[in-house]
Amino acid sequence: MANTYVKIATVTVGAGGQASIDFSSIPATYTDLKVVLSLRSSVAAAQDRILIAFNGLTTNYSLTYLMGDGASASSGTRAAFGDNMAGYIDAASNTASVFASTEIYIPSYLSANNKSVSIESVHEDNATTGRAILLAGLWSSSAAINRLTFTPASGPNFTQYSMATLYGIKSS
Amino acid sequence: MKMTDEVLTRIEVNCTTGEETIYVLTADEIAQRVIDAEAAAMEQANRDAEALAQANAKASAHAKLAKLGLTPEEIAAF
Repeated sequence: MANTYVKIATVTVGAGGQASIDFSSIPATYTDLKVVLSLRSSVAAAQDRILIAFNGLTTNYSLTYLMGDGASASSGTRAAFGDNMAGYIDAASNTASVFASTEIYIPSYLSANNKSVSIESVHEDNATTGRAILLAGLWSSSAAINRLTFTPASGPNFTQYSMATLYGIKSS
Repeated sequence: MKMTDEVLTRIEVNCTTGEETIYVLTADEIAQRVIDAEAAAMEQANRDAEALAQANAKASAHAKLAKLGLTPEEIAAF
């Protein structure tokens, strides 16, 4: 792996869970950011969703998605700003101890232009339908990203042993 | 989102200092979580309704094509 790919921080959720995971004061010394998530929600359902917030803001997002769940495939666009979904995650009704996997790539996070985001996410279950989803996201803001927050849409918590790792990538 | 009596907390890592801190959510933050959860649920319902409508339209189109005499292979070729 290139030495320009640096782990900035890792968060592991402890006993009792956490309502959100927050990476603050992200250094402005990289070109791109990458986040690797292994998450599970406490909600009593067969799935939950991850919501992402840049700089603590939950507006001015839009996305296009391509999804398959083993039974059907779908795609769509959420043009209305306000959709800050970042994938599906396992929840309390899913197979025990299974955590969903998600990777998020944010190129040019310091740019003064709008921020594009690519996300791939798999929600897994041994017994019922799981979901795989690709998302192309956009955050319409000229602000440099200095904070990333992840929240379960229903939650209220990410369960113990959920993990999030933030990497910084330099172009040279 | 059901907000119980449990104390909700968030974990924050300062990426400059490496310091990890756990904060108790304020009443305002909890209220915002409820709003966000409701919006997310509505968004999900819209997405599910669109997927169902798309599947129903596809099934309807296939049925009409079959009535016109197209074979399943010919329909699948569309």
